[in-house]
Amino acid sequence: MSTITQARTPGVAAGPVARPAYKVTGRRVLRSEWAKLWTLRSTWITLGLGLVAILAFGSIAAFRYKSLTTTGGRMDPDFADATAVSLTLFGVRFGQLALGVLGVLFAAGEYSTGMIRSTLAAVPRRLPVLWSKAVVYGVVAFVVGVAGAFGGFLIADAVVSGTPAHMSLSDDGVVRALLGAGLYLGLVGVIGAALGVLLRSVAGGISVLVATLLLVPGLLSLLPSSWQNNIGPYLPSNAGESLYALHHSTGMLSAGTGALVLLGWTVLALAGGAYRLVRKDA
Amino acid sequence: MIEARQLTKRYGEKTAVDRLDFEVKPGMVTGFLGPNGAGKSTTMRLIIGLDAATSGSVTVNGRRYARHPAPLQEVGALLEARSIHPGRTAFDHLMVLAHTHGIPRRRVAEMIELTGLQSVARKRAGSFSLGMGQRLGIAAALLGDPATVMLDEPVNGLDPEGVLWIRNLLAGLAAEGRTVFVSSHLMAEVALVAEHLIVVGRGRLLADTTVHDLVRQAGGDTVAVATADPARLRVALAGPGVEITGRAGSEELWVSGLSARQIGLAAAEHGVALFELTPKQVSLEEAFMDLTRDAVEYHGGVTKGAAA
Repeated sequence: MSTITQARTPGVAAGPVARPAYKVTGRRVLRSEWAKLWTLRSTWITLGLGLVAILAFGSIAAFRYKSLTTTGGRMDPDFADATAVSLTLFGVRFGQLALGVLGVLFAAGEYSTGMIRSTLAAVPRRLPVLWSKAVVYGVVAFVVGVAGAFGGFLIADAVVSGTPAHMSLSDDGVVRALLGAGLYLGLVGVIGAALGVLLRSVAGGISVLVATLLLVPGLLSLLPSSWQNNIGPYLPSNAGESLYALHHSTGMLSAGTGALVLLGWTVLALAGGAYRLVRKDA
Repeated sequence: MIEARQLTKRYGEKTAVDRLDFEVKPGMVTGFLGPNGAGKSTTMRLIIGLDAATSGSVTVNGRRYARHPAPLQEVGALLEARSIHPGRTAFDHLMVLAHTHGIPRRRVAEMIELTGLQSVARKRAGSFSLGMGQRLGIAAALLGDPATVMLDEPVNGLDPEGVLWIRNLLAGLAAEGRTVFVSSHLMAEVALVAEHLIVVGRGRLLADTTVHDLVRQAGGDTVAVATADPARLRVALAGPGVEITGRAGSEELWVSGLSARQIGLAAAEHGVALFELTPKQVSLEEAFMDLTRDAVEYHGGVTKGAAA
């Protein structure tokens, strides 16, 4: 069949004969998701914003505390027994928005652009895509979160040195609290990505995420106090707070329990995302 | 090789694909024809598992698409809907897909070259024209060196140069022994590249045929003949496989099964004068429209009955 070889399109490697053995593996899907994350400009911008938010708001809180203590002004209840850690983690509340939103974008953005069709054509078993997104983004958000927490602590502590808020990294629980903040941000990122896959809409995912992290805790105050005490600590944001708080007030979960509860929420979001991903047409 | 068996897809009340049975054979271009909304795109989505069939099945080389260890090596698909993140560069888009299968960077570079995207490979896909976007989609489809190439309306909105490029590409891919399955709502376009045709309307299979047979069925090889003595001409032309029709009192006859040349020679032999000898030109477009119009009306009635 010499005619066939002659008619071969230039550049298309040998057809059915001697084809290279390609194969989809879990590692390769991870590699692909990793590449997907870093080849978009929005990733760099949003991660940068998240890091800046953590550092900036932590610093602002530290400077505010410093100026109140040195001028002897009346101390806000917020600042009454502030530590370098608690001042640093002021920024986490803002950082979580950027990191959570990027998680939603990373997943739901595939649906809004149509990229999901290319993705699922390459990985038609689908679930590896979700796990890889969760792992890749979870790790990235964790690393950024830890960097922000430790960086923020160094800045805040430098600002408040010589005040009662001063602490050192070697003080009891400081490293645990800062790592806890990183873990919280990592898990919020994973929840964002899972919501993106579950809702398939950037706007929807961001709305649910913001509502869960910021609005629901506020709405809870409308409920009878016995409900508040029973439900409150288990909300994702409050469970997260117990994960990175240095001192646990009454009514807060312990750090370990908080981590487990937050992990539970993450698994729930991932399960919802997995169900929709596998069961519904893309 | 793609095999569909009683393939059905319903979206709520609407049946987009209705018990389709067909085979797409290797080594040739199979055209997938049907008016807009006939279920062509849905069928293609079912083939690569983007949508799940309501009932029936479709396999690629004997297995469901998702069951293959390297799906992109089985079917390379260009879907009608854009499937590219506009914020990623052409090169990055291809690399992201290549990573999932362990396809080397070299192959990505080759596909960029094949599709002529070298100068824009580092530009973000969102800035691409329709034609460039289509080329990028084709580069992605060919990335896995697929045994089957499936393209949904690939020439839609392309300029003549792009259309020609696609046409040559399809012919080249088929010549390499690949299965090529290409959909279109334009009969003329498909007829230029496809040997085999699968025609659908309202999700139903209307014809599984070749371009040649379709034209013949539509009366493509009929010759119009006018003569003062139609009765004698009928006798002169009569023979096996020859069909002659004409209205009483009319000088015109319609002959099928003989070429204009054969008719002319036979008439001269019998001394019958001809006033007209015209091979009837049936356009493929007409043949296609006849086929789909009839079927749509017919199936419209059936659907109503079935729903009641």
